[in-house]
Amino acid sequence: MSAWRASCSQSNLKARAALYTQIRAFFVARDVLEVETPLLSVSTATDPQLESIQAQVKTHIGREEKPYYLQTSPEFPMKRLLASGSGAVYQICKTFRNGETGRKHNPEFTMLEWYRPGFSLEDLMLELELLTTEILGAAKAERLSYRDAFLRYVDIDPFKISDNKLALRAQELTEYYGPKMSRDDYLNLILSICIEPNLGVERPLFLYEYPPSQASLAQVSLSSQGDSVAQRFELYIQGIELANGYFELTDPDEQAKRFVQDNLERSQIDLPEIPPDEHLIAAMTHGLPACSGVAVGLDRMLMLKVGAESIDEVLSFPITRA
Amino acid sequence: MANYSTSDLRSGLKVMLDGDPCAVVANELVKPGKGQAFSRTKLRNLRSGRIWERTFKSNESLEGADVMEYDMEYLYTDGEFWHFMMTDGSFEQHAADENAVADCAKWLKEQESYVVTLFNGAPLIVTPPNFIELEVVETDPGLKGDTAQGGTKPATFSTGATVNVPLFVNIGEVLRIDTRTNEYVSRAKV
Repeated sequence: MSAWRASCSQSNLKARAALYTQIRAFFVARDVLEVETPLLSVSTATDPQLESIQAQVKTHIGREEKPYYLQTSPEFPMKRLLASGSGAVYQICKTFRNGETGRKHNPEFTMLEWYRPGFSLEDLMLELELLTTEILGAAKAERLSYRDAFLRYVDIDPFKISDNKLALRAQELTEYYGPKMSRDDYLNLILSICIEPNLGVERPLFLYEYPPSQASLAQVSLSSQGDSVAQRFELYIQGIELANGYFELTDPDEQAKRFVQDNLERSQIDLPEIPPDEHLIAAMTHGLPACSGVAVGLDRMLMLKVGAESIDEVLSFPITRA
Repeated sequence: MANYSTSDLRSGLKVMLDGDPCAVVANELVKPGKGQAFSRTKLRNLRSGRIWERTFKSNESLEGADVMEYDMEYLYTDGEFWHFMMTDGSFEQHAADENAVADCAKWLKEQESYVVTLFNGAPLIVTPPNFIELEVVETDPGLKGDTAQGGTKPATFSTGATVNVPLFVNIGEVLRIDTRTNEYVSRAKV
């Protein structure tokens, strides 16, 4: 195989172009504004599970180089736009996550992200469902809470099981014998290996009501069962994690706390600290409108659309040929 | 031996796991958008032949296994060991024990070439060629005229293997056998 050649077929190249046209038409019809935000920023996601790629940037010739980060998602600048009064916005852009290469991963990939001021999480799920129906011809989506997914597939109550029992069950279920991990790592392990492959097989599935420790940038509220849950969903189609959405956190103090918490976790596992995005905190202090937002992996959407087994089949040049 | 990062395991790599040499069959990155990266790995335990599924954190490391495959000619058995000789011109000999020879014992024929897998320099597995030609030493008398119809009978070969063969086969005939399926293929071309 000659590495200079595109790894995707001509028809998949065309499928990507058609996908973008379709998405743009979808948002034009809904009066959502297409925007662009910087891929390089002095700050980046603080999530300990995301590794940003650093670039050395000189703003002027002869100036000293400063570290900038290639963005793992356009979330922070898009929220700054919302606080600036942009109204509903969407973006199709490249995002970067260091070290992630596999059948469904490439360190550089394409994301569709949009924000809807005034939308509840449920409103946004419905809009995403319309988009997936339009693009993939997918059936009506099923909704399954995080707790019910664990009860259904592995008979574990993720909100109640003790840390020790969880670690033991994870070992049994996944043959993991590595170093001890955090509670969320074990939950993620079981979710990824034992639950995800079953999700969205017959029809798309929204997983929602995540544990508050996995809220990331979502608000936390009480569920109908009285649990504290993150207002977050993920969309699965054919076992593929396709989208992640939040009823967005708008409280700058809570946001600042989560940055500190992330950096604390980072220091515990010997990861470099990430300077918190002061612009985001300032924008939230000014006022981020109540909104819901979602990020969709477009390469994966394309994989589903054309029936590709590997992301390489829909990328012109994956990282090994880049 | 070198160490391998679990995220770097490729099919075919030989690594140590729980004290046994294993060959990586498949390895997949499992990485939720928000969450720890794992490697979901399928390995074949080279000692037992069994397939193991394991999950590793992506930055764990595994020790490489000193496992190499060589073509060797079968020489003889002394009852305890089966002796093989390298066919690379070195005439180096290796003695395989019962565990290494295992199921291959019934396919061992002098001067035939086998793949011998060495682990830390000692035979770990002996693999027969996919097809082997063996002489029938025991079977019911052949039925004349029955050359095309179905129907089989057991035949025992010079090496001790027993295979179902067509009814027309006679003692003393040399047959081609598929060692993977334990099935008759054809009469050997003379």
